[in-house]
Order: sequence, then structure tokens, then C-alpha cells
Amino acid sequence: MPAIVLSPSLAVITVCVYGFIAYTALLSFTGSKMFANFTFVGWRQYGRLFENPRWITAIENMAIFGCLYIIGATCLGLFIAILIDQRIRFEGVFRAVFLYPMALSFVVTGVIWQWLLNPGLGLEHMMRELGWDSFSFQWLIEPDRAIYTIVIAGVWQVTGFVMALLLAGLRGVDTEILRAARIDGAPIHKVYTRIIIPALRPAFLTVFVIEAHLAIKSYDLVVALTKGGPGVSTELPSTFMYSMTFTRNELAVGAASATVMLVTLASIIIPYLYSELRNEPAT
Amino acid sequence: MSLRLDAESAAILSKGTDIKVTRILGRSFIYGCLIIPAAVFLAPLVSMIFTSLKSMDEIRSGNILSFPKAITFEAWKHVWHSACIGVTCGGLKGYFGNSFLIVIPATLLSVGFGALNGYIFANWRFRGDNILFGLVLFGCFIPLQIVLIPMAGLLGQLKLAGTIPGLVLVHVVYGICFTTMFFRNYFVTVPAEIFKAARIDGAGFWAVFFRILLPISWPIVMVSIIWQFTGVWNDFLFGVSFAAGSSQPVTVALNNLVNTSTGTKAYNEDMAAAMIAALPTIIIYVAAGRYFLRGLMAGAVKG
Repeated sequence: MPAIVLSPSLAVITVCVYGFIAYTALLSFTGSKMFANFTFVGWRQYGRLFENPRWITAIENMAIFGCLYIIGATCLGLFIAILIDQRIRFEGVFRAVFLYPMALSFVVTGVIWQWLLNPGLGLEHMMRELGWDSFSFQWLIEPDRAIYTIVIAGVWQVTGFVMALLLAGLRGVDTEILRAARIDGAPIHKVYTRIIIPALRPAFLTVFVIEAHLAIKSYDLVVALTKGGPGVSTELPSTFMYSMTFTRNELAVGAASATVMLVTLASIIIPYLYSELRNEPAT
Repeated sequence: MSLRLDAESAAILSKGTDIKVTRILGRSFIYGCLIIPAAVFLAPLVSMIFTSLKSMDEIRSGNILSFPKAITFEAWKHVWHSACIGVTCGGLKGYFGNSFLIVIPATLLSVGFGALNGYIFANWRFRGDNILFGLVLFGCFIPLQIVLIPMAGLLGQLKLAGTIPGLVLVHVVYGICFTTMFFRNYFVTVPAEIFKAARIDGAGFWAVFFRILLPISWPIVMVSIIWQFTGVWNDFLFGVSFAAGSSQPVTVALNNLVNTSTGTKAYNEDMAAAMIAALPTIIIYVAAGRYFLRGLMAGAVKG
């Protein structure tokens, strides 16, 4: 019976996950343009991909966005989690305030921040009205700054989730060790840096994997916030893949870029999954 | 339970100085550090609500966080009933309905399949079960760009391209990986004795699932429903890739509404539209967020 019940799901996953990965990878070695065809051209599409300045911009942006997004959200999330863990009043209210952005679609987030960062009417206008006449915030329309607006909106959205995961980790730390450390007279900051944060390692790993995954596939946020602009200054691999595949009739190049994304992500995810499954006691 | 700046630790910290003063200072510091980021996190929502209730004249004269002087629901009415999205001018209401038509079956199906798969992976041993589970888990984390091209082809072959059933199918397929993971990780924590005792008493495959496991698994059912509902509702990539015209979900319609409006931008309408697209998931989070957190802690932090 188990095999019968499981088989439809496994069949679907085999085809729609692994079959599709194989198909896209195969396509990336063909000369496909608007439609798929199977005349193989070797690594040529990968060569074209990495000679394309738009793809290089996308990779550079991914590096900037990925690093700042992961570091920003992890640090802020940890800071808030530690504060919320201090047996405070209205804990539920604070948690809800930090978590609600996670309920929103990236499209909604993009639309909101497009409004807040609007050069004429948003934050800049508010600060000037409050008396800071020289205040200027035009990042959304400055090509070398626009990528940072995506970092701001992304961090705002994901921090609550990071906080929740780390809070769960904090609540799981063994209180006996903590009591012993406190009785020994260890100052509170040392208790955190020496005992609690090291004990949170598994939670940090989960946080990192989820953030990396969100960062690499993030598409909606860029589309809604900057449409990839000004120019191509906020292009990310995901937006590059979409436009190559669906609007520029370069199916094989799109497939190659998707394959590069998968390989990058797999090199993070597979060691993580391996260690997770291996460390688990047999049931 | 973990470390807190309570009386005990404050006493150790202060080492003889006035405990009460230290404690009050510490507490004020903590609340200060929390209230400032909380205000920053809340500001976008407040701004979105305020702006959606203003007229365009007031938007130009006021600022992003000023309370509306004359509250008007005109922008809400307009985007709901008559805003132009693409070539049609029927407002968001149809697309909002589409999202419900997609999210309800997609959530129910993927949670149902996930529960059964999780039950099997947690309680039934067979050859290669761990490797199979690992393969399912990996499916949670793939960048979806890798499946866009062949999925477009498959939906075309099934004559489901550009339809709501097609989107439901896509969401169920990629949702199953997550729900399987949630249920499996939850069922693993149920003591094996319960399962064994039931087997000895002669309970079969379905009896164990429906009579023993399902009644105690509502926390993880909640998590899976919330996760799938928000994930499917908030989806944009599949919607924009596989839906056409009148079958698009509300996120795609919102993006079209905001990014294609010509002439002067109506920010009050943009914000009202964003609110409409966000309301269902915000309501779910406010109503059931507690269960979500609790279940997620059990399911995600631990492998």
C-alpha cells in the first residue's frame, strides 16, 4: 500500500523536477532560438552567456544583493530575536510586527517600496518637509545605487522570518549550561558570544540556506520595484533568464543561465541536505 | 527557555550596584531597541493604508506618513471595479477571484498528498527511502527558472496553457515537496510505540493514518495550509509565465496595473491595489500566525 500511495507523487516529482532539469540542461547544449530544437552545439551557449555583458551585470548584482541581503537579514534578525527573547511584554505584538512583511507577495513589497523611495514624493519629500532641506534620496533612479534599494526591500521582507527561526533556536538552548555559566559569573555578552550563538549553528545554517535560495531565485521583487532598471542596472540572473527565454527568443541561452543558477544553488543545498539527513537518528 | 535579563542575571551583572536602577535601565534599553525597528517595519504598511485613503491632491501636498485629512475610498472602489489592466477595464475583482480559484484547490491537494507522503516516509521502511526523501527535499530548493521552459511545453501539450487548472497543477507539483517535508518531519517526532501498538492491534495502513496520526497532526496541517496558501497566493513567476489574460492571478494583475499606467501615476490607486492583493495573506497571518510559528519551529529548524 505505501508504494501505491507514494507512486503518483514520486512520478510527478521525477518528471517535473528531475526530468525537467535534464530537459533544460539538454536544451542549453542546443542551438534553440524561439522553439526547442535538438541540433547540438556543445558549450557554445555557455560561451555566449558569459560574453554577454548583461549576464555579467546580473552576476555582479547577484553577488552584491546576495551578500548584503544575507548578512543584513541575519544580523538584524538575530538582534531582534535576542531582544524578543528577553521575556518582554507584548511579545506577540512585536513578533507580528516583524513577521507581517513575510506574508506579503514580493510584488506587493516592490510596489510599496517603489512608493516609499519615490524620488519626488516619498522619503525625500517627507524629510524635506520635516525641515531637512538638503536631504536627497534618489537611489531608485541612480544606476549604481538602484541595486541597494532591492536589498532594503528584501531585507525588510525576510528579517521577520529569520527572527522567527533564530528565536526558535534560542528557546531550544539548554538552560542548565546557561545557569552554570551565570553562576560562574560570566558576563552576559560573553554568554551570548561563547555559548548561545555557537549553539545556534544549526539554526544559522537553515537560515543561510533559505536566504541563499530566496536570493538566487528572487525575481518578482526586481520586476515590481525597478523592472531591472534603470537600464539593466538591477538585472539579476532570474530576470535575465526570463527575458532571454520568453521575450528575446534565445531559448538555449535562457536554459544555460537557468542551468548555471541550478548548479550554484545545488552546490549550497546538497551538502546541507546531506548533513541534515545523515545526522538524523534512524527511526 | 533561554537567557533573559531577569532579576537574577541583573543581580550578577550589577555586582553590588543598585539592582533596581540597573534593571530599569536595562529594560528601557531593550524596549527602546525593539520599538525603533518595530516602527520602521510598520511604517510601510501604515504609509500604504494612509496613501490608499487619500486623494491625489492630498498626496502631492502631504507626506508619505501623514494621516489622511479627508478619508476617501475612491481609489479602492476604482481599482476593484473599473481600473484598466491590459486591454480590459474591469478592475482587480476578477483577478482576485482567479487567485482564490487557484489557491483553494492547489492548497488542499498539495496538503493532502503531502500528508500521505510524509506518513509513508516517517513510518514505513523500504529500500532507498532516505535517498528518495532526499530527492523530494531537493525539489523544495531548486530555482524554479530551471523548470519554466519544459513546464510551458508540458502545459501546452496538456492543453492547459494559460488556464487556471494549469496553474493549479503547477502549484500542486512544486508544493508537494514542501508539504511532504513538513509532514514527514512532524510524524517522525510522534513516538514509534503508538504506531507499533496500533499495528499490533491490527490497524491497517489507512486506519493508522486516519484514526491515529491525523487527529494529532492539526498543528502541521495548519503550517502546511498557511505555507501553501501564502506561497500560491503570492506567486508571481508561474502566474506571469503560464497564465494568460483573464486567467491571471492578482499579483500579475497588480504588477500590470502599477507598471503600465500611463500619464500621471495614481499612487493612491497603486496602494489600494497592493492592499487588496495583500489582504488575504495578512488576515491569515494575523489570525493563525501563532500556529505557523510553532509548527515551523518544529519542522524547519530541525532537519
